Order: sequence, then C-alpha cells, then structure tokens
Amino acid sequence: MSTPIYQLKRVDFIFKDEKDWKEILKNSINRPAHELINELISSELKGRGGAGFPTGLKWKLAAEVDDPIKYVICNADEGEPGTFKDREILSKVPLKVLTSMAVCGHVIGSKEGYIYLRGEYFFLQPELNKSIGEFKDYCNEINFDFTIKIFMGSGAYICGEETALFESMEGKRGEPRNKPPFPSTFGYLGKPTVINNVETLAHCYTIFEYGSKRFYDLGVQYSRGSKLFSVSGDTPKPGIYELELGMSLVDFVDEFGDGDTKAVQVGGASGFLVPRKGFRETTIGFQGKLTGISLPTGGSMMLFNSSRSMYNVLDNYLEFFREESCGQCTPCRVGCQQLLNGIKAVKRGEKNAQYLNKLMRLTETMQYTAKCGLGQSVANSFSAIVENFREEMIY
Amino acid sequence: MYPVTELIKNLADQHGRERRNLLPILQGVVEQEKYLSEYSMIEIARELDLPASEVYGTATFYSFLEYKKMGKYIIRICKTITCSMKGKNQIIKTIEDMLKINVGETTPDGNFSLLQTNCLGFCHKAPAMLINYEVYIDLTPEKVREILTGYINKKEKEE
Repeated sequence: MSTPIYQLKRVDFIFKDEKDWKEILKNSINRPAHELINELISSELKGRGGAGFPTGLKWKLAAEVDDPIKYVICNADEGEPGTFKDREILSKVPLKVLTSMAVCGHVIGSKEGYIYLRGEYFFLQPELNKSIGEFKDYCNEINFDFTIKIFMGSGAYICGEETALFESMEGKRGEPRNKPPFPSTFGYLGKPTVINNVETLAHCYTIFEYGSKRFYDLGVQYSRGSKLFSVSGDTPKPGIYELELGMSLVDFVDEFGDGDTKAVQVGGASGFLVPRKGFRETTIGFQGKLTGISLPTGGSMMLFNSSRSMYNVLDNYLEFFREESCGQCTPCRVGCQQLLNGIKAVKRGEKNAQYLNKLMRLTETMQYTAKCGLGQSVANSFSAIVENFREEMIY
Repeated sequence: MYPVTELIKNLADQHGRERRNLLPILQGVVEQEKYLSEYSMIEIARELDLPASEVYGTATFYSFLEYKKMGKYIIRICKTITCSMKGKNQIIKTIEDMLKINVGETTPDGNFSLLQTNCLGFCHKAPAMLINYEVYIDLTPEKVREILTGYINKKEKEE
C-alpha cells in the first residue's frame, strides 16, 4: 500500500517473565523515595489507562502530602469497548503489578493497596488471590508492611473514572466527583491516593528493572516507551500487541488491516474515529506541541472494513453511553438519550438531514458542560462519524 | 445456603458494617440469591444502619446487582460493537429458540435468565458471553447450543 516511513516496532517488556520480582521489590524499597520518583519522571512514563498523566508526577504529588493514611489503588476496571489488555497482564504477570503497587506504597508512605477489579473479571479472582498470598508471604519475610486486597466492581463502566471508582469503593453509586480536589490529596475515603492503571504499574516494573533509559529510548518525543494495544474488529489477527508509541496509523493499518479498512476507532468508543483519508497524517501517542495529529489511546484499536455501516457503529456507541452514563449531570444523561433518538429519527426520515447539525451542536455543549470524561468525549466519535459518513447516517 | 437474614448478618460480620462495606455485602447476597429482593435490601439497610433508599440507590446503579428475580444461570451476551459486528444477534436468536424466552426473561422453571450486557473485554474473541461468572468466547450458534445443552444436562443430573 505504501512505503512505510516508520516500521511498527514490536516490543517485549510487559509479558517478559516476572521471576526477578523479589529482587526488584527488595532493591526498590531500599532506594530513597525521591530517587524512584526521579527515575519515573525521567522515563516520561504517562498513564496507560488513556488519560496520560505523568506517572512520576502523580507519585510525587501524593508523596508530598503529609498524612499517616494513604492508599495505592490499581485501576483494573477495564471497561472501554475494545480494551482487554489489563486482564491479560493480571493473568500473566500479576506479580509485576503487585510489586509496583508496593514500591508506590514505599514512595508515598502507604501501607494499603487495592485492586479494583471489574465485575466481568470475577473469574480472575482465585488466581490473583494466590499471587497476592505469595506476595504477602514475601513482604512478611522481608518485614515490609504493605497489604493488597481485591475490591470487586459490579458492572459499571463509569467506575473506571478514578473518582467514581473511589465512590464505588466507599459503597456508593459510581458517580464522578468534581475535580479538584485531585486524588493525590483527596482520594479514597478522602485520603491521599495514587491510582494507576494496571498497565502503567507493569511499565513501572520495567523501569525499576532496567532503569528509565531503556524505557525512554522507546517511542517518540512526548510519547515515550511502549504500549499494549488491544486489536479487534475487522482484522485477520486480533489480539494483544506491545508496540512502540508514535507509530503512524497507516503503518498500523498495513500491519493489522484486512486490506479493506474503512476506519479505525482509536481509544474505544470514547476515543477518536479516524476515516481512511486520515490514516496517513495520524500518529498514535500523546499530543505534544510538534506532533501534528496524535491520538492517545488506552490501547483499544478497532478496525472497520467497508462491509460495516458507520450508522450501526455510532448507534451501538450511543446505546452504550446512554446505558453507562451515571445520570448525575444533565448534559450527559439527557444528551446521550437525545443523540441516540436523534440519529434514529434521521435514519427513519422523521427528521431531515440538517437535524444532524443540531445534534453536533449538542455534542459540543456536552463537551463543555458534562462533569466527566464520559459525556465530554461523546463528541469525538459522533462528529467524526457524522462528518465523514454523513450519507450512511441518512440513507 | 443460608436464609437471607442470616446470610446478611454473616456478610456484615465478615466485611464490616461501614458504608464502604456495602458493595461486598450486596455482591455476597447476589452470589447466593442471584438478585436483591426488597426484603434483602431492607435487611442490609438495617444491618448497616443506613437508609433503605441509600441501599436501593446504590444497588440499582450496578448492572450486575440484579434487583429482579433471576434464574439460577444468568446468561449475559455482550452486545458492544465488536461482538455486535461478529454475530451476537445470531447467538441471541439461538438461545431464545432453545430456551423459549426472549432477552430480559427467565425460563418458567427458574433455571435460565437471558440478558445483554456491555463490553466484556473479549473483543478479539467475539462474540462472547458470561454464564454466571464463566466466560465463553468465539461463539457460534452450534457452539452455544452445545454449551447450553451442557448446562441443561447438568441441571437435570442435579435434580
């Protein structure tokens, strides 16, 4: 299709064996906190759940708060459509995640960690508890005081939002809080909390094992390191792949497409839809000053070929959002309903095509006024689909 | 199997009686009873000294905490985009025909409930479904018939 300017580079860090975890834990907790924080900061690791907050800074902020009780939480509420990497990490290399949680405990001064595991992954519990037991035994052996427990979710996408997750752990409806205050000062039970995605913690392990440079040398400016991608949809090889950040979408499609790729959804339903004409100019990574169009992703990459109707895709997303909206703020609760009703009405011919423009303005309003990322991000895929596949929306 | 009042007491003893222990207690009741009856919710509220409305409000927020009577086996078919693209409707049709119920219903013998759910995280092995906490992937109508027959036979053996 094209001469690749930038080849996809396979990386193998995350699923590399975890046999040295005891040594890495012991070495790390013998290093001073500021040294570990600097290691993470110089690696330029950014949160792998999708939002991309610098991990080192997150730990630093929580470490600076003076409070005898702090928490470390691993966000394993992997619910974004098209994402399935965290489960794989927790089943294949759980001790990496546990080790990094404990090191975080050492850095910020916390003795308690939780893994918030989505209800759909209930079946992971027995094995994960075994690993937690093994981990606990070693912590006792070296006299290191850190306890990890699993907290089960019960089927709510929004609980992946960090403050909704705290609410859920506190026994309430999973409704996002206002920010600020941020988790580093006011998290679970109002205490300073570090909350990291499963994959982020697995990368921390790599950094503790090999040093920040090995990690920093991967990827491109603003988007350092590797990332797990969950590839699904119309592709001959669906699955989980660890790749360097900064790849161009056209190379990705060359590698994973079926030769007929019409669009790629980057970052799940709440992410960005890129139509074929945009493949060349789009790269995968975090937005920086010089990066052009760079799209972040929690790892979800869904490919659609020309047999798919983008109307059906959007209809499916909107139904998802309508059901998963927590309902506390009006723009999101009513907005998601109206968008879904609206595109159905246009499709049935009850509303004319101009009505789509009205709906676009509604998504803009939601972008500005919704309380959390759910309502704000509906605009992303909505506008991309309506603008690029307008005829499919109408006929 | 404990009577539900006793179960709730045991769960509260095990997890604690603070607000933050509410979810594990609700989950424990659902694990045994398959759903939260009004009676269970009021009992939980009493045990934790919370307004019953708070317990109800929390319980009904979560899609896995059912508050209508459910069958012994709850079948949840993933309906999100990839599973939808890869034929989840055929899977649903197959199950509906086999069990003679529609989505949202429970078989008259109380054995199976059929529901749809949002992304299960098996998009690379779509379509996927859960039966209680067991995951089944790469489904085809044939495969689903086989799986359900297994459950039906298991059920008959137990009886």
